Amino acid sequence: MKKLLSGNEAIAYGAYVADVGYGVGYPGTPSTEILQAFSAYPGVHTEWAPNEKVALDVATGISYTGERVFCTMKHVGVNVAADSLMSIVFTGVRGGLVVAVADDPGMHSSQNEQDTRHYGKFAKLPVVEPGDSAEGAAFMGAAMELSERFKTPVILRSVTRLSHSRTPLEVMDELVPLHTPHEIEKYDRDPAQQIPLPMNARRMHREVEQKLVDIAEWAETCELNRLEPGGSHLGIVASGIAYQYAREVFPDATFLKLGLAYPLPRDLFFKLQGMVERIVVVEELDPIYEHHIRLLGIPAAGKDIFPLCGEFNTEIVRECATAAGLVPVRAASVRSSDPVVVNGLEPVAALGNGNGNGTGAAPAGAAAGTDAGTEILQPAQLPARPPMLCPGCGHRPIFYVLQRLRAMVFGDIGCYTLGAAPPLNATHTCGAMGAGVGVLHGVDIVGVKDRTVAVIGDSTFFHGGMPPLANIAYNKGVSTVIVLDNRITAMTGHQPNPGTGRTMDGVETPEIKIEEVARAFGFSRVDVLDPYDLAEVRRVLTEHLDSPEPSVVVARYPCVLHTREKYAQPSVDLELCNNCGTCLKIGCAPIINKGDHVEIDHILCSGCDYCVSVCPHDAIVSARTGGGEE
Amino acid sequence: MAALEKVDFVLAGVGGQGTILASDILVEVGLESGYDVKKSEVHGMAQRGGSVESQVRWGEKVYSATVEKGEVEYLLGFEMLEAARWVDFLKPGGDAIVNRYRIPPPPVNMGVARYPDEAEIQTLMLTRVGRLVWVDAADIAAELGNAALAGVVMLGLLAADMGMETDLWLGVIERLVPARFVELNREAFGRGVELSGAA
Repeated sequence: MKKLLSGNEAIAYGAYVADVGYGVGYPGTPSTEILQAFSAYPGVHTEWAPNEKVALDVATGISYTGERVFCTMKHVGVNVAADSLMSIVFTGVRGGLVVAVADDPGMHSSQNEQDTRHYGKFAKLPVVEPGDSAEGAAFMGAAMELSERFKTPVILRSVTRLSHSRTPLEVMDELVPLHTPHEIEKYDRDPAQQIPLPMNARRMHREVEQKLVDIAEWAETCELNRLEPGGSHLGIVASGIAYQYAREVFPDATFLKLGLAYPLPRDLFFKLQGMVERIVVVEELDPIYEHHIRLLGIPAAGKDIFPLCGEFNTEIVRECATAAGLVPVRAASVRSSDPVVVNGLEPVAALGNGNGNGTGAAPAGAAAGTDAGTEILQPAQLPARPPMLCPGCGHRPIFYVLQRLRAMVFGDIGCYTLGAAPPLNATHTCGAMGAGVGVLHGVDIVGVKDRTVAVIGDSTFFHGGMPPLANIAYNKGVSTVIVLDNRITAMTGHQPNPGTGRTMDGVETPEIKIEEVARAFGFSRVDVLDPYDLAEVRRVLTEHLDSPEPSVVVARYPCVLHTREKYAQPSVDLELCNNCGTCLKIGCAPIINKGDHVEIDHILCSGCDYCVSVCPHDAIVSARTGGGEE
Repeated sequence: MAALEKVDFVLAGVGGQGTILASDILVEVGLESGYDVKKSEVHGMAQRGGSVESQVRWGEKVYSATVEKGEVEYLLGFEMLEAARWVDFLKPGGDAIVNRYRIPPPPVNMGVARYPDEAEIQTLMLTRVGRLVWVDAADIAAELGNAALAGVVMLGLLAADMGMETDLWLGVIERLVPARFVELNREAFGRGVELSGAA
């Protein structure tokens, strides 16, 4: 039957039908749903690892037994896993091993927009790039076969627009366990192939280079790459999601659609050159194909026409193509009749042809309810709606107090990066996963007069925060680290982590207690806090920040979105509220500024009552303790 | 058979308003009506109070999952400001259905920006829109007892506006919403269809 699946769901489905029994990964937008979707299939084993490198190492072990396995992560996660990735390219794999990576062009929820296709050339392994859900599923199968045929790990690269778009594909009507685990009597020992000691590694390097030559040869005829004949005026080279935009803009061109982003074929490009007058490469982010084509001595345009930075869309591709004279200027369409308003304000006069900004086209007085001649508001002038910490978030009280203490806060990656958002403005640096703790120690070695502190979430702590915390203890540091422990990997949609107490399958498992880790590392000043205890938070944080000894605070409050904790919202006593602005400084979306007082939106509010505790006039009355209904 | 005319939709709102569910329904309706379809959404920050935006495309053959500015037939605004933000994506003369509902964004609450009044938003919308339908979907949803139903009320209006067979929509709704919410969703959809008749 035909079904709509997101790119991520389709990649998971592709693994399931390719007889893959195992999936491991670390959550990261936009890749997270791949492993989640896979875990729902019958007969498969899935695990969240503490970080991407561990995930890839586990996947390597599974592959070494001869089983097929895939490993998921976001683009920046590949950097974490890169050390292991480079090694297994040399040692080779046994069971198919595919690293499913989702890039984030446009940085919808990432700190950079690195192009994972580079890892093909860098780590010397094949990269496949699907362009819709049907290809997501098919390419996973093809990547598994490629991996086993050439005994190499393979990267399957997605991007946000593929991972989070739903497109149709044919799927099986009934889902049955497809995978039968192999009975393995004995590990097949082959140290000469699985230990890259220099004497082995020198041989391995030559083998790896030969594999790339062989795969490039295969790329000339493999089904992943496709010549789509069209007009001879223009030959477009594109892959993945960029192909879709290019198809919209150049309906009549000849296309070389690349499904294998690395290694690249040679003859196919010469063939294309023979078919068309001009070759243009449409690739999102870096000019990888363009450089390859030019190295072949074939003239090609690409980044001189299309942007290097940011996500593409049809409009950008069309605008650039139009500016370069590749497609004719589109005739502007015109509104055929006057606009009609239903159930709105007073009917208004015609406002031009509907072609945009209305300035000049609007007759005087046309704007309903505004003065004649008033400038019409433009979309770009509308107030933005930036994300902020959720209503009820247990991170908020910590950031509010840190802001009051004027602390210099070294942040990290997770929901709590939003501690940097106004009005809290309570995070001042952020880098890679776990980096803040090390950066803080570096600043504290030199010594600054500010109160300094690092904040890190529980999942990030297990991912990359433990080594730099050990480093503070080991090197006699003085820093304070606050672990914001909301018991779950919240930002990516609530995946369990080693501190949660259950596995990905929902099975109970021992929790690793962060305070015990800190004590085991040698920290003697360690406190666990309830972030909603305002007085205690002030006391403990002040004490830790002003103390010369290294210390750890675990601020523990489960994510309210995950636990669905919700109480009746507090009410505002209009007699007492003078809109002093204090509650508006905690940065909580349901608190609405009404000019002379505040109001609390009942849909958005979670009833955490933090605003009740910060109000200096007792004007916000809890529904829990103030006599209201529970 | 003649090629199917393409239809593009943008759904814009704020987290928790049912925007994603509405777009899931819309894309399935397209598929069941015989179109090639694609849907794209940006929702990473939705739970953190940010904007939620979803794009749905129906056509004979759809390549890009995202719509092109100035080419969209229908804009569904679940919140007034979010509707206004996307107006340029409509083709001149395209239709907009807008929920008369305000959720002030952080800069407004902090006093550094102003939430435009309804007249300003209507004026902006009319620079482009062919037919602008205001609907008090949030009130209807509240009446029905669940704020997230606003989206389905608006879908009812849209289905009627498009002159489509509503049974097909109701079938998709039944498939996509949890069993215990089916009746409520059918009712919400019906209220939207009625509103269109009243208009």
